[in-house]
Amino acid sequence: MEEHLGQYAALTDRAPGVGENEDTGSLASYTTGLAFALLLTGASYMVARTNLLWEPGVPAGLAVLAIAQIGVHLVFFLHIGTGPDNTNNVVALAFGVLIVTLIVSGSLWIMANLNLNMMPASAIMEMQR
Amino acid sequence: MSAQADTANLAAPVMAAARGYDGGGPAPVRIVVGYGFWIFLLSDIIMFSALFASYAVLSGQTAGGPSGRDLFELRHVGIETLCLLFSSYTCGLGALAIERGRLRSFYVCSALTFVLGATFLGLEVSEFIGMLARGAGPSRSAFLSSFFSLVGLHGVHVSAGLVWLIFMVAQTSVRGPRDFVRRRLLCFSLFWHALDIIWVALLTLVYLMGAR
Repeated sequence: MEEHLGQYAALTDRAPGVGENEDTGSLASYTTGLAFALLLTGASYMVARTNLLWEPGVPAGLAVLAIAQIGVHLVFFLHIGTGPDNTNNVVALAFGVLIVTLIVSGSLWIMANLNLNMMPASAIMEMQR
Repeated sequence: MSAQADTANLAAPVMAAARGYDGGGPAPVRIVVGYGFWIFLLSDIIMFSALFASYAVLSGQTAGGPSGRDLFELRHVGIETLCLLFSSYTCGLGALAIERGRLRSFYVCSALTFVLGATFLGLEVSEFIGMLARGAGPSRSAFLSSFFSLVGLHGVHVSAGLVWLIFMVAQTSVRGPRDFVRRRLLCFSLFWHALDIIWVALLTLVYLMGAR
């Protein structure tokens, strides 16, 4: 029974920053994370500074690389995984991502709309006459 | 056999035998602390997202003043990024060291983390001073107001992290690597890694897209 307890404890929920066997990840996971992060940062710089990507596609390319790097940081540094031990953290993260998306895309949408519908300054002067 | 079935097999006797342990009772303190701190970090990221949104809206409103293309030096920012990435790595190594009881290696990693973090901060402050000297302060245009509040808030977080790191090293040396000290170190390393995530978004949106 003691054995079962130990095994089961290894499968239950775990905090972010806490890895599989050891309490906080492993040397290999941090090194892999660093290598991926450096690679993706280098790729972002290359996309931004050279003509490797089709010009109008550069912002989209940069956004994709940034999201990939954020994923790398979450998995290798914060140890947010897909295991059964991590559901609480993942649900909280999903909620955070939802709110962030709403705030950012909602602000951009509303402000772009206001900007478009705003009366030119000369027209306002005209009305005040 | 699938992993799910394995879990069920393991769980059944535990559920029956150990109410109050892992079979439904409260989770260990370390897990609760980590989860709570993760919620705090997410709320911090949501606060940043509001500043990111205002920057995205205002980034074109230069009011005839200098734009990102005139002000940003990507090489300078690249060195800042490297400092932050490597400090995150040494911070992770420090967390590993404290878990394995290697105090000396923990102190070395923490010192490296501090030096790299302080270098990042120094570079950022020198960038700000250079911009102010060119008359591109936060009061120049809406673009610069939102730039200084977004990048400055990240810098304030890094400063707070450095102060926290000093306190944690002092506490570890005085109280030893006890459970509560290790839980606080877990929170610190989560905080430090989360700052990296915000920096990645910042580097892309503000600097790489702004300098084009």
